[in-house]
Amino acid sequence: MNAVLPERWRANPRLAWASYAVLGIVLTVLPFVVDWGMGRTWVRILDFALLYVMLALGLNIVVGFAGLLDLGYVAFYAVGAYFYAILASPHFDIHLPFWLLLPGGALIACVFGVLLGAPTLRLRGDYLAIVTLGFGEIIRIFLNNLNAPFNLTNGPQGINLIDPIRIGESPLNPAVDIFGYTLSGAHAHYYLFLALTLLTIFIALRLQGSRIGRAWVAIREDEVAAVAMGIDTRNVKLLAFAMGATFGGVGGGLFAAFQGFVSPESFTLMESIMILCMVVLGGMGHIPGVVLGAVLLTVLPELLRYIGPLQDALFGRVVVDPSDLRMLLFGMALVLVMIFRPEGLWPSPRRARELRPDDPDTTHHEQESLYDARR
Amino acid sequence: MDILLQQILNGLVLGSLYALVALGYTMVYGILELINFAHGEVVMLGALIALAVLGALAGSGLPPAAMLALAIAAAVPICVATGFLIERIAYRPLRNAPRLAPLITAIGVSIVLQNLAMIIWGRQYVSFPPVIDLQIYELAGATLTNLQVAIFVVAASIMAGLLALVRGTRLGRAMRATAQNREVAGLMGVDVNRVISATFMIGSGLAAVAGFLVAAYYGLGHYGMGFMLGLKAFTAAVLGGIGNIPGAMLGGLLLGVIESLGAGYIGDLTGGFLGSHYQDIFAFLVLILVLVLRPSGLLGERVADRA
Amino acid sequence: MPGAETPLLEARGVAKQFGGLAALSDVTLTVKRGEIYGLIGPNGAGKTTLFNCLTGLYQPSAGGFRLNGESLAGLKPHAVARRGIARTFQNIRLFANMTARENVMVGRHARTQAGVLGAVLRPPAARAEEAAIAAHADRLLDYVGIDHRAGDLAKHLSYGDQRRLEIARALATEPTLLALDEPAAGMNATETADLRRLLERIRADGVTLLLIEHDVALVMGLCDRVAVLDYGRKIAEGVPAAVQNDAAVIEAYLGGALP
Repeated sequence: MNAVLPERWRANPRLAWASYAVLGIVLTVLPFVVDWGMGRTWVRILDFALLYVMLALGLNIVVGFAGLLDLGYVAFYAVGAYFYAILASPHFDIHLPFWLLLPGGALIACVFGVLLGAPTLRLRGDYLAIVTLGFGEIIRIFLNNLNAPFNLTNGPQGINLIDPIRIGESPLNPAVDIFGYTLSGAHAHYYLFLALTLLTIFIALRLQGSRIGRAWVAIREDEVAAVAMGIDTRNVKLLAFAMGATFGGVGGGLFAAFQGFVSPESFTLMESIMILCMVVLGGMGHIPGVVLGAVLLTVLPELLRYIGPLQDALFGRVVVDPSDLRMLLFGMALVLVMIFRPEGLWPSPRRARELRPDDPDTTHHEQESLYDARR
Repeated sequence: MDILLQQILNGLVLGSLYALVALGYTMVYGILELINFAHGEVVMLGALIALAVLGALAGSGLPPAAMLALAIAAAVPICVATGFLIERIAYRPLRNAPRLAPLITAIGVSIVLQNLAMIIWGRQYVSFPPVIDLQIYELAGATLTNLQVAIFVVAASIMAGLLALVRGTRLGRAMRATAQNREVAGLMGVDVNRVISATFMIGSGLAAVAGFLVAAYYGLGHYGMGFMLGLKAFTAAVLGGIGNIPGAMLGGLLLGVIESLGAGYIGDLTGGFLGSHYQDIFAFLVLILVLVLRPSGLLGERVADRA
Repeated sequence: MPGAETPLLEARGVAKQFGGLAALSDVTLTVKRGEIYGLIGPNGAGKTTLFNCLTGLYQPSAGGFRLNGESLAGLKPHAVARRGIARTFQNIRLFANMTARENVMVGRHARTQAGVLGAVLRPPAARAEEAAIAAHADRLLDYVGIDHRAGDLAKHLSYGDQRRLEIARALATEPTLLALDEPAAGMNATETADLRRLLERIRADGVTLLLIEHDVALVMGLCDRVAVLDYGRKIAEGVPAAVQNDAAVIEAYLGGALP
């Protein structure tokens, strides 16, 4: 908790509680406000934003806390999603319940995380990045092709008609009438996702301020010194990887149930990079920053849709398709942010200092590679 | 037995393409310890520019050799300039930043290039006009086209030229010195910035030629072609020993042959379980295996570290 | 249970090759419990290499070490630290962007155990452990004399304070042997005298010290025994006064008799 609260709040608990209360009220009525002001589609976008917050926080543990660049994070997301889809759809006609499948998906993703991490985490930063990228692609290729000889994933067509989440007997999907107001599936999912997102934030905060969190920062700062102090860097890194994978698996399951449909197209490298962008642009390692990054990068591209009609109004025709612009702007944003503000939009004060390349105080011990010790 | 020779020949041709691209990765990594993610996109640019020129000249009545020459003549300078600009704008400011930063920037540049190409050339495949008169030769039961031979010869000549440059010229010496120890090379009078720029430019020039050859080989180009190709070429560079120029060449050829044989035999090897659309996986598997088992690659030095 | 006569640390025939370079050849020495043992020699003699072999950062090409009679062969660095050997580095390796207190708290990692569940659920045992870690860190900062800088980032500390912090962090691992790599480097006379007092106090509190040093006065005054390395070989060992007058040592440092 303490990591996030500014000094003023710590000194004045009443102010803190008041702020939380306001935040609570805002979050509770938000879907209704959005629905009224911008339409039902935007409530769904809000739900996706929450989903990405969870995913970004998971990747933040790996990249932000432990400093391991994972470019294949989408693999865990995919594993969780397909696990849910295969076991809760007409595909094999298995219909396991949500409260069983979500933890199950998390567990499977965690296992994948350990399997990938165990041989590769001792690699140096850029190599690790490429290997994880390769792993993500391998997963996608398998998902795309495992429809023969045994149809596990239904190939490029994906799996359809996935069971919605059921609370008790009632599914979250269809619209419900309350006091004459129509509550859509998107609203119901919002509250579920909000609860899970708050839980994710809570877990991330607790990890950050713990013995394990400190070990992650130590490894990130100077792995040789960390190891000399008795930290089993391999296991601690593996822990970061596994935790990130677990969050990814949960996100995957929620995605499958929410969208009702999964296909390999949702799990490309671009997706991994997008989530990485959320972490990096928001503020690597800083939980509020990552939340901000995830929300911004989910919402802003949707705003780009308005550029089509805007171009129509200005130029009489659409010069550039807005969806083409989306990734282009992402790429430019990445480059610009790394050059001018590498610590992200909302960094922790500590991190801002760490990432400034010209700070003479900072020694970079990156020339030494640890993994070479010949046994 | 026929299929074996055929696959090997195909593999060598494919491998020479990988080798050309791998050189760019290995040179930049040797000098900056940076994986230039954008390199694959420069290859793509070379291909698409060449295809654009060829498309424009297709009905003009010029002799094929002239058209091909003009296509390359257009692609190379543009790619060289692109490589120069990328280094200047995106990488140089981050020369002293922690390694995560230029890596992320490289990804950003790669995305920008890819999407610019998509906006300019559209999402469809761009086809190679029927300019080349294809001739087929027989060799011990396997077939070889004049195009394949040309690719191999061109790639081999270029690589020989590069080796001569790196070993015999002043610039080449400067490049090797900068790769060994950037600071000391600077102290010895080497203009490090110039050398780094030159490295990027040479790599990009090679990329342009490679792009042209790839487009000729597959008969088409596409804005997304750089990604897989780049990844595989990087794998080839790692396989041969990152930072090692002959290593990149060896790695490229080897990877091409592995992939070709793998794609050819995978059906038999797995009893029909996996088909040839798993071809791309070979490169990834090779990459993972090399990095985990022998990170210094085939020709790389085993680096001892000092704490 | 090792008797009082069992040396705390034994190095037997330790050798280390880097390609064709023999950084260490057949180094054998013993460090007794409660000693302050010095390791000196010209630059490049292999002193830090010996440290790195001792702490598991390198694996020796031949020979090995025993701590309390138990072999350290094949142990990874973190396991060596847990056995009870802590070290500081020649070029200070602090966690630059963590506070002094946090640096020392990281040193407690090896002796504490809260894992993910403990971190997230914070049961009473985990909370108590966290409080103990912070308290222990503050005590150590006070012990080495930088408690007033506990909340400052490590990279903002003065050079002398940084060296002290590194010692505090190493002490947090509760070592039986503390290996210090040039702890007095760059210090003036006053700081060196303070350091000497600190090291004697650490020894009095039960930690055996092994130190690499170039400061001759410090070594002579502080160390019970000294070993001299040159080109990877041990060329002398004994009490400082004897070693100082050893012909081979003089030759190693000064390069032979004058013509």
